[in-house]
Amino acid sequence: MATTETTAAGIGPVEGGSVYDVDNPAPLIEAPRQRTKKTPRSTRGNFEMGAWLFMRLSGVVLVVLVLGHLLIQLVLDGGVSKIGFAFVAGRWASPFWQVWDLLMLWLAMLHGTNGLRTVINDYAERANTRLWLKGLLYTAAVFTILLGTLVIFTFDPNIR
Amino acid sequence: MATPVLDKVEAESAASPYITVTFRIRRFNPEVSAEAAWQDFTLEIDPKERVLDGLHKIKWDVDGTLTFRRSCAHGICGSDAMRINGKNRLACKTLIKDINPEKPITVEPIKGLTVLKDLVVDMEPFFQAYRDVMPFLITKDTNEPTRERFQTAEDRERFDDTTKCILCAACTSSCPVFWNDGQYFGPAAIVNAHRFIFDSRDEAGEQRLEILNDKDGVWRCRTTFNCTDACPRGIEVTKAIQEVKRALITRRF
Repeated sequence: MATTETTAAGIGPVEGGSVYDVDNPAPLIEAPRQRTKKTPRSTRGNFEMGAWLFMRLSGVVLVVLVLGHLLIQLVLDGGVSKIGFAFVAGRWASPFWQVWDLLMLWLAMLHGTNGLRTVINDYAERANTRLWLKGLLYTAAVFTILLGTLVIFTFDPNIR
Repeated sequence: MATPVLDKVEAESAASPYITVTFRIRRFNPEVSAEAAWQDFTLEIDPKERVLDGLHKIKWDVDGTLTFRRSCAHGICGSDAMRINGKNRLACKTLIKDINPEKPITVEPIKGLTVLKDLVVDMEPFFQAYRDVMPFLITKDTNEPTRERFQTAEDRERFDDTTKCILCAACTSSCPVFWNDGQYFGPAAIVNAHRFIFDSRDEAGEQRLEILNDKDGVWRCRTTFNCTDACPRGIEVTKAIQEVKRALITRRF
């Protein structure tokens, strides 16, 4: 089968060896940005702008929330050694800390998820890889957000 | 004659300004091999000459198969953007003495576009993105050139920086977001949209902003400033992209 042999350089003999012919043409690989029938008519919309704005705004809010959280939990009033079940129970008795922690959870999760979404968009090259990575990412994000929210609202300090 | 030896040395160096420079060029010929490979050429060349002169010497005197684009050779046509010592530059604006001729000078095609042969790439995706932003004057009433369209000096100054673009693709092919899948509009297209969006005579700014509000539009910019560093015309490319982003946000809110 000398006709189907390819050289080390990857160039095979042209005559007679091709599996493609006039009736069965080789698949055409479209160049990027080419306008074809499969190209979506428009991928415009305000989602990317919203995501971009959300990153900036949530970042600013998170600076306050997270730094405040770290300061209260780890530095002030005895530091990390004070944290225990009783400390958490005491904090979540107040709606203020419930709202603080809920806001922090939601903003941090959405901020991080959106950031990873951009990283996947920028670095994953194949559509399938993107799909799976993003599926995994969204599943993890939704799970964490729902679980955290559930705990904040249904926390029972008298649990045995 | 107190210093005959010195005189002789000076005379010799004045007579021969040439130094030995190695050009390490990324060669690719699809008719010979599917693989690209580096090839070294050693030349005697004046360090005050340009990289383009070195490429000419190779093509004209050493290896006629070396393929690259160049037209005006004076930094205006934008044909000879290439990756020289790992940085996108115009070969006709880069002096050999400025890029350390002691070491081999690497010359590669610009990245992110399909290489056709040696240093020649397929520019079609780049120009498609350029055409997409409608880089021409659009007015509502009439496009007929019936009268001069006046503009104040301040209005002209607003977009002066982005009129300098020569479409060499040095910025777009230095952008890591463009390298991934090539769907991002790229800095050059946004710069040329900016040139009309902020032109007081043009009336289709809204349409162009809408085009750049695309999934692969300005919001994919990660402000890495590669484009600003690469621009051989010194355009503040990243700043222009941020101005388009700001215009998009301020027109909504």
